[in-house]
Amino acid sequence: MIYINSFLFCGIVCLIAQIILDNTKLTPGHITSIFVIVGAFLDTFGIYDLLIQYCGGGALLPITSFGHSLIHGALGKTSSTGFIGLLMGMFDLTASGITAAIIFSFVFALFFKPKN
Amino acid sequence: MKNKKYEAIVAKHKPKEQRVQYAGVAFLVGGVLGVCAELLLEGYTHWFDVSRSEATVYMLITFIFLASLFTALGFFDKLVNFARCGLLIPITGFAHSMTSAAIEYRKEGPVYGIGSNLFKLAGTVILYGVVSAWFFGMIRYLLGIGG
Repeated sequence: MIYINSFLFCGIVCLIAQIILDNTKLTPGHITSIFVIVGAFLDTFGIYDLLIQYCGGGALLPITSFGHSLIHGALGKTSSTGFIGLLMGMFDLTASGITAAIIFSFVFALFFKPKN
Repeated sequence: MKNKKYEAIVAKHKPKEQRVQYAGVAFLVGGVLGVCAELLLEGYTHWFDVSRSEATVYMLITFIFLASLFTALGFFDKLVNFARCGLLIPITGFAHSMTSAAIEYRKEGPVYGIGSNLFKLAGTVILYGVVSAWFFGMIRYLLGIGG
């Protein structure tokens, strides 16, 4: 059942993005930014946690989960350190993804040439 | 007259059909990636004997690695041309934007080429993610339901 939910959720997120892309003048850059903000907003009241519970990997893969992880780490830190935790915990959960992306990009850029 | 009518009908229907096709492909590719993510999650928790949150990290890194590698090998752009948002909205799009920027600007040198252009496309995601997370987080903290 969770696989069907994964398929539907991830598919529908991509479908919405594709419909926005085809019917407006927004570029993929605009759409990913909007989706990150939507993900952060959904996590504000705990809706995204429910989505992850029911959709599993399908909810963790789209870029909306990036906004969710940012705010989740920030709020998690506030419980131990108070208000300053918003700044301290911002990258707690996303650090691994960003670091991995930076390292892979740099290493591949050293070894590969652009192909046209 | 007949030709004109025919052309008008073609013009009316062609882009729409293409849009439907793009939307369908994006839905299918995104959905299959979502199922792969869930399969990997279950697999990693099973094989490596780690918690689900650790398996999430492994799963995301797997996707980031594959997207970076395919971008470096030069055929991720063709896949994106086919699947569009199906590949751009998952975390693969984030990794793709960083790797393609790094490879594209590598001839301008390691500092002003790779260094200053690495976040050229991915920077907007991080910027708006951090600003919105800080803003919403502050609202929730002030409402007293944080943590």
